[in-house]
Formats: sequence, C-alpha cells, structure tokens
Amino acid sequence: MTQASVALAALAVLLAWPVPIALGAARWPRRAPAVALALWQSIALAGGLSMIGALLTFGLEPFGHDLVDAAIGFSRLDGVAAPWHVLALCAALLLTVHLLVNLVATLVRSERQRRRHAQLVTLLSSPLESGARLIDSPTPVAYCLPGPFSSVTVYSAGLVALLGPDELEAVVEHEKAHVVQRHDVVLIAFRAWYASLPWFPIAYRAQREVGLLIEMLADDRARRSVDARTLARAIAAVGASAATSSAELSDRILRLELPPLSIAREALVIGGAAALLGVPTVLLFAPALLSALG
Amino acid sequence: MDLLWATEGTLSAYDIQDALADRKLAATTVLTVLSRLEKKGFVARSRDARPHRYAAQGSREDHMADLMHDVLGTVSDRTAVLERFVGQVTPEEADILRRLLG
Repeated sequence: MTQASVALAALAVLLAWPVPIALGAARWPRRAPAVALALWQSIALAGGLSMIGALLTFGLEPFGHDLVDAAIGFSRLDGVAAPWHVLALCAALLLTVHLLVNLVATLVRSERQRRRHAQLVTLLSSPLESGARLIDSPTPVAYCLPGPFSSVTVYSAGLVALLGPDELEAVVEHEKAHVVQRHDVVLIAFRAWYASLPWFPIAYRAQREVGLLIEMLADDRARRSVDARTLARAIAAVGASAATSSAELSDRILRLELPPLSIAREALVIGGAAALLGVPTVLLFAPALLSALG
Repeated sequence: MDLLWATEGTLSAYDIQDALADRKLAATTVLTVLSRLEKKGFVARSRDARPHRYAAQGSREDHMADLMHDVLGTVSDRTAVLERFVGQVTPEEADILRRLLG
C-alpha cells in the first residue's frame, strides 16, 4: 500500500506539472491534433485518478494490505488510524466531491448560457436553407452552438460578404466538423477541470491548448473539401475579426504546410495515452487482484 | 419582435395582430408568443390599460451587441489584431503566409 501510494503521488505530480508543460511546448501535436487530444484527455483523467488514488491508498493503509481489503477493514473500522491517515481520507473525499460538483456546475452554467444565446440567435437571425442561421451583423463570424440534442450553426452577413464561395465552403466544413465530432463534449470536460482548479496555471493552459487542437481538427476536416490556400485565407479572415490570439492564428495557418504525423507515430501516442490511463488503475487495483488470485 | 423594435411606443396584441394580418394569426397565438417573449425578458408588459400594452426591452442593436459580445469574448479592433498577427511571425513564416494567402 505504501509503495502504491508513493508511486501514485509521484505520477500525480508528473502529470500535473512537467508532462503537460512538455506537451504544450511540443511541435508534433499540430500535425496530429486528434491523437494529441486523446493524450490530453488521458493526462487529465490519469492525473485526477492518481491524485485521489494516492490520498486514498495512504489514508486506508492501517486498515488492510490492499485497496479492497482495506476498504472492507475500513467499513468495519478494523484498524487504528493516525490523524494523518484521517486527513488523507478527508482530502480524497473532498477532492472527489469538489471535482464532481464543478463538473455539474460547469455543465449547468454552460447550458444556461447556451439557452440564452440560442434565444438571442432565434430573435436576431433568419434561417438558411441548410438549417443554419444567418445573423445580420457586419462582423465576420461563424460559430456553432452545440446542444444536447441539436446544434445550430450561425454565420454573419459580414462573413458572407467578406469571403468568396470557396472560402465560405471551408468555413462551413469547419463548423460542420465541430458539430459532427461533438467537440463541445471534449471542451467542456477541460473547462470543468479548469473551473475546479482555477489557481492552477496548467489547467488554464490545458484548456487553451485543447481548444486550439479542436480548431485544428476542424481545419483538417475542412481541408478535405478545399485546398490549403483557400482554407488559410478563410482562417485569417474569420480569425482576425474574432478575439483569437494572433499566435494561435498563425499556428493554425502555418501547420497547413506540415505533413501529418506518420501512422506509426500516431499509434505510439495512442499507446502512450492508453498506458498512462493503465498505470494508476493497475497501481490501485492490481494488489487486490493478485491477492484474490493467489 | 421586429415590429416592436420598429415601434417607439407600445403596442397591444391586437395592434400586432392587425399589422401581421397577412399571416392570419389568431389573437391567442399572438398573446402566447408575447407572454413567452416577456418571460425571456425581451418584452415588457404594462398592465395599466386594458388590453395590455407591450414594448420591446432593449433595441435590436442592444441585443445584437450582447450576442456579439458572447461570441467574441472581448471587443477587439480588427486592424490591431491583424497587425499583431503579421508582426509576430518570423521572416520565413511570413513567406509561407504570403504564399498561402496570396
């Protein structure tokens, strides 16, 4: 139990600090946004799991020699816990509740904002044939308003006036990718993560990085129907008017020239992401499994 | 809603029904829509007179500004963003950009 809790704590520290920093600074994710997103999600999940797991295994130490045994011992109060064990258990409980409450709060808050915004869109726009809405604003914007059951894509009159037909198609395909691939689900998980740990700079960075990767993923989808130049012009035109940072914009445009990551390397990243999730799970449950088998 | 935005004063449900006569709406339909809009805060109802009078809450421009604020996060000056955008890239990046955008 002690080794497991030390190993979990070490993993939690690694996943909270150096690993996300390295991934944030790496250049390859822009060549493979989909697998990079999978890796980010696995880092966040494994990080949370090992953080809570470290506290839990440490707190339950006096009650048994593996997690299941200790949980049974704890329910019978079969053991003598020192104050620091109690403290660790309370911390594990608080952290779990805190994360869950923030996830629910973020979901409720964003759903409320979404509904309010959808009402504004309904009042201020006219429907297009495709089911999208056209708002009468000179600012060139295109965005999608994802909902639990249906999503609305909104284009502004300024956008239609600014872009040529090819560029417009690029924008439409980009927004379609957001809707079809349910990017909102990924984004909201990281938003909740950031809402839970607002004082933690890495959580903010992860959320921003994930947002950018999602845009790149949608760009890749748009690229199937239009060429890189057209897409680049569309990104520049739409992005320049929105409050996107200039560094993110040039990242998105410059990466269009880069070759995608090889299949072998993508597989390597996916394997790494799966292993990352596996390590804390094994550390938590393997001792109990082994003793049950042996 | 556009009708209320275009009117400076207040309208009753019957005024609206008359103005939209070509759509052949029932008075109850108009009232239902109005009470829904009231619940969402887009329309204010004054109960002093009968029939009740309705007025738009905030102009169309106000709501559009609200909407764009949601979308853009912060208001930004387009040219300022563009300048920063061009200013931050290295010469070779600028070359690729020019080739892509040209």
